[in-house]
Amino acid sequence: MTNRAVPDAATQLEIYRRMALIKANDERSRKVIMTGRLVMPYYSPRGQEVIPSAISVNLTDDDYICTIYRGSHDQLAKGLPLKDLWAEVAGRTSGTCKGKGGPMHVTYPTKGIMVTTGIVGSTMPIANGLAWGSQLRGDGRVTVANFGDGAANIGAFHESLNLASVWKLPVIFVCQNNEWGEHTAYDKTSNVPVAARAAAYGIPGERVDGNDPFAMYAAAHEAIARARAGEGPTLIEAMTYRFHGHVFGDQDAYMDKGRKAQALADDPVPRFRARLIADGVAGEDQLAAMEADIEAQIDEAVEFALAGDFPGIEELKRDVFAEELN
Amino acid sequence: MATQAAAKPAKANILQAINAAIADAMEADDNVVVLGEDVADPEEGGVCGVTKGLSSRFGDARVRSTPISEQAIIGAAIGASLVGFKPVAEIMLMNFTTVAMDMIVNHAAKLRFMSGGQTHVPIVIRTMTGTGFASGGQHCDYLEAWFAHTAGIKVVAPSSPRDAYGLMRSAIDDPDPVMFIENLPTYWAPAEAPEKGHRVPIGKANVLSEGSDVTIVAYARMIQEALPAVAQLAEAGISAELIDLRTIAPWDRETVLASVAKTGRAMIVHEAVTPFGVGAEIGSVLNEELFGKLKAPVKRLGGAFCPVPFSKPLETAFAPQTADIVAAAQALMGR
Ligand SMILES: Cc1ncc(C[n+]2csc(CCOP(=O)(O)OP(=O)(O)O)c2C)c(N)n1
Repeated sequence: MTNRAVPDAATQLEIYRRMALIKANDERSRKVIMTGRLVMPYYSPRGQEVIPSAISVNLTDDDYICTIYRGSHDQLAKGLPLKDLWAEVAGRTSGTCKGKGGPMHVTYPTKGIMVTTGIVGSTMPIANGLAWGSQLRGDGRVTVANFGDGAANIGAFHESLNLASVWKLPVIFVCQNNEWGEHTAYDKTSNVPVAARAAAYGIPGERVDGNDPFAMYAAAHEAIARARAGEGPTLIEAMTYRFHGHVFGDQDAYMDKGRKAQALADDPVPRFRARLIADGVAGEDQLAAMEADIEAQIDEAVEFALAGDFPGIEELKRDVFAEELN
Repeated sequence: MATQAAAKPAKANILQAINAAIADAMEADDNVVVLGEDVADPEEGGVCGVTKGLSSRFGDARVRSTPISEQAIIGAAIGASLVGFKPVAEIMLMNFTTVAMDMIVNHAAKLRFMSGGQTHVPIVIRTMTGTGFASGGQHCDYLEAWFAHTAGIKVVAPSSPRDAYGLMRSAIDDPDPVMFIENLPTYWAPAEAPEKGHRVPIGKANVLSEGSDVTIVAYARMIQEALPAVAQLAEAGISAELIDLRTIAPWDRETVLASVAKTGRAMIVHEAVTPFGVGAEIGSVLNEELFGKLKAPVKRLGGAFCPVPFSKPLETAFAPQTADIVAAAQALMGR
């Protein structure tokens, strides 16, 4: 396509900042679990940094996202404060959800992070409702529903795309195709690209290189503009690769070594970093300072989280209903 | 009644009462929206016409017919509720809630808790069920125990137009997800009409007749079977207290425990199959709280443990009937 939206220098830098934050946070998460300071199920988004970073620079705090257990990249890109995230995954009262959600259920409406779900394929039906709300109010907000390639084969995907299409909802369905659904390769579960399915529902669908910040930015920019203009939903299939096993501790024996080595060599984070320098968007010192600042923020967030209190037992009965029932 | 000189009290049936409750709620609050298969007027306001007239009156933005997509219906209701709307979602028949269980059980019921109270899901899921209309195994199950067993969902099942109106208004007001179970065979019988704005609090049972020998706890269509049973028992010299539970989760422990403490005998009657049902839960609480005061073991009376049969005599025999209730009460009395 020609004449696609191009991020300006400041936006490129902001995309990189979010990518660097996600990468650093992922590395720290693995380290903190490895050293036994924290126990949690952890689904690494390493390798998928570009997707939410390039999307979220097109969103405001008022826009909504729904994401999945592998969603810390989506949450951080959308502006979830590190301290709140770390305290939540550490199960502390200072977390976004008082420690009652945990890594698979982070919610933070202040930044439009409305649902994080552990159920494959369930972001899409709820995203439709958020988008319906925006449509009814005419508030111009858009909703991004994130999900994996595995989720594209569940019934809720099809129901949701169809409903969003007939209701012309301001929602963007973002399939983060990291080639894996748990241990099963995407090509063993479907014979068609996810993006091709958009045609079945009469909505625009695009398969994009989800590791290319420019391509991802352009696709997101256009889809979001369409949604805001009342022109309905878009399906984006963002091609990427999962650097680690499905869940922390998974030895990834099922992943092809050559393919994985190639993906690691193509790591989108250093690649974009080098490009920013080559294009004169940022200097090495500037980026190094940004990265150091991120590390310092993570240091602070981890210590803040681990120093926090666990919720009291009375929280068991709280928030089940609006009023506590016996 | 013909002999009364005063004006006849207004009559309404359950279907009209629910329609009026939703309409009144929509009139009072722009955030009340309706969605489901066939619910708008071009589609005739639902298979039984419960939502008839609403889309013409409130517009098709607020009253939307959907594709046959139960997960999408409940998902859209949940999402809209997260941003301040009060959706009333119809799942055409209770058996079809099975197709949307993820949305109901994993999301609607849990988002308040998992978000530490930051978000909540004030939706009403209207659904219909009930034996007696010859639809066989897949269209008339009572699955209330499934939902009552899930922390985070309220479950109501009205037996009269007044309660249907009042409970619907309360359900729409309620900040939590409410499963609103309508009994299809009871829809059309006229009874006392509700007045506009009437509320029946969620969690409050209704003592329909006072008695001293035995407590009968029932809800939905089983009230119709229990009422004549109470009269027959009275003729046989047994004084039965009949409690319409109205709300299954949370159920009115106070009213039920007080009644059984007084009578010393209890039975729970429901149309759902007996094993692992609401009767088991209530019976167990009665044993825990009133052990030593009970004059007889608590009796459960529910549907047979089989899919609802089609053939008329089998379908009739499936659910408890007046004669079963009378016989069970007599057995509790040692007669
Ligand atoms: C409905 C459902 N079925 C199965 C699972 C178990 N499970 C968790 S993650 C996963 C793989 C999903 O893959 P994909 O959608 O591609 O997302 P990714 O993990 O690659 O980001 C499975 C099968 C689940 N959580 N929910």
